[in-house]
Amino acid sequence: MATVDVPLERVRFGRTARKDGWWVMPLTTLVVFTSFIVYVTWALLQGDNYYFGNYLSPLYSPELFGNSPHAVFGPWRWPWLPFIKYSPAMLILVFPLAFRMTCYYYRGAYYKAFWADPPACAVGEPRHNYRGEAKWPLLIQNLHRYALYFALIFIVLLSIDAVKGFIFNDPKTGHATFGMGVGSLVLLVNVVLIAGYTLGCHSFRHLVGGVMDQMSRAPTRKKVYDCASCLNRHHPKWAWCSLVFVGFTDVYVRLCATGVIHDLRIF
Amino acid sequence: MSSTSATFRIWRGEKGKGEFRDYKTPVSEGMVVLDAVHQIQADQANDLAVRWNCKAGKCGSCSAEVNGMPKLMCMTRLSDLPLDQPVTVQPMHTFPSIRDLVTDVSWNFRVKQEIKPFKPRQPDAPDGTWRMQQEDIERVQEFRKCIECFLCQDVCHVLRDHHKHDEFIGPRFLVHVAALEMHPLDTEDRIPELKKAHGVGYCNITKCCTKVCPEGITITDNAIIPLKERVVDRYYDPIKRLLGIGRK
Repeated sequence: MATVDVPLERVRFGRTARKDGWWVMPLTTLVVFTSFIVYVTWALLQGDNYYFGNYLSPLYSPELFGNSPHAVFGPWRWPWLPFIKYSPAMLILVFPLAFRMTCYYYRGAYYKAFWADPPACAVGEPRHNYRGEAKWPLLIQNLHRYALYFALIFIVLLSIDAVKGFIFNDPKTGHATFGMGVGSLVLLVNVVLIAGYTLGCHSFRHLVGGVMDQMSRAPTRKKVYDCASCLNRHHPKWAWCSLVFVGFTDVYVRLCATGVIHDLRIF
Repeated sequence: MSSTSATFRIWRGEKGKGEFRDYKTPVSEGMVVLDAVHQIQADQANDLAVRWNCKAGKCGSCSAEVNGMPKLMCMTRLSDLPLDQPVTVQPMHTFPSIRDLVTDVSWNFRVKQEIKPFKPRQPDAPDGTWRMQQEDIERVQEFRKCIECFLCQDVCHVLRDHHKHDEFIGPRFLVHVAALEMHPLDTEDRIPELKKAHGVGYCNITKCCTKVCPEGITITDNAIIPLKERVVDRYYDPIKRLLGIGRK
């Protein structure tokens, strides 16, 4: 491998000649990410108020074992950890979180915001040793596509929740009727944003067509690749919108469940 | 921008040793940084070394760092800069300084020689020619826009801050490898080199290369990440290999 003949000067941490607000984006990432992690951890530990009638919080979906009518297999019947209350979200939240943590876009964003590696483009770094994603522990980021497979399943599950959000039980007759509340729209927007984020994923784009050098031989895959590329061009926007909205959806369901707000029925 | 004057803080020195010097010069509507540098060279500093050629953003010669960001001086309009404070102009940090704004970028050419060249399949027609579909070549055409200004190499922190010149080929040459690997006629296998000698795993997707590319090549999303995915196909996805999903 070619080498550089003259030793290069190392730049001190934070040193740059940039005059723009280079620190705004990493700081925003740090604040939003930290807020999201704190909120999700809190919501995860609650274990209640995660559903309201036909609405189920996306942080708790699918509810495999739980006490709500949404639980697939009924209540949790086995011993649980002594110092933490059982919460249905603890069984499933690792999958969407793994997808986001290994996402190519988020990786670049949180390396800057949390590790200052680098703090921003052309700004000096705090550390001189660097392993990148070529060695452990960040080699594990290569498992992103496995997280993608689960994320694709979650689109289906959240879509089912969104459909259920439009089916209300008539209190007079006890029959299921089609209706729409503000919560129905919140669940619908949530799954649309998550689908837009997941289907624009770099790994998905690669698997559906990017791996081929002659896409003309597979016209259908080419079309899917083009659609994924279209979403991929705005991947950061989808990533941020879906992140914020999944938190908002949980807040909405929680506020309805605790009676703080009343879910407005549109029809 | 009416005719006024601005201060340019230009790095002067040789082989890494030097200092910034301030030059005040008149500026007017339509000027770019290279115009101001030439004006300073003509009026105040005849010995100022600066590399330039086309003045049209196509030769990639006048790469430098303007206010801390890698840019082509000929494509950086003064009207886009805050002229109420000195405009800092310095050589690219990632390569050894020769003099003033000129750096030794020869490392890049040595790297390029180590990449396996284009190896086309057997000709499709008896006259020794090939047939390609436009939709197969579109991805590669984006990469062919590269003018080799090496701004992406300059801003990449793996080279700039960590000096992994002997382990990582940098974004420019990952684009070059992508152009070869994704070419519909190419039959060469560069995946083992990508993983080891070319060090694609060192890229941690800061997207700084994409941000500074004067040709607007989506380096990270369209070249580097697809190459990372091809490395994953080969080395980190046993299920896909086992089932033979998504073959080329």
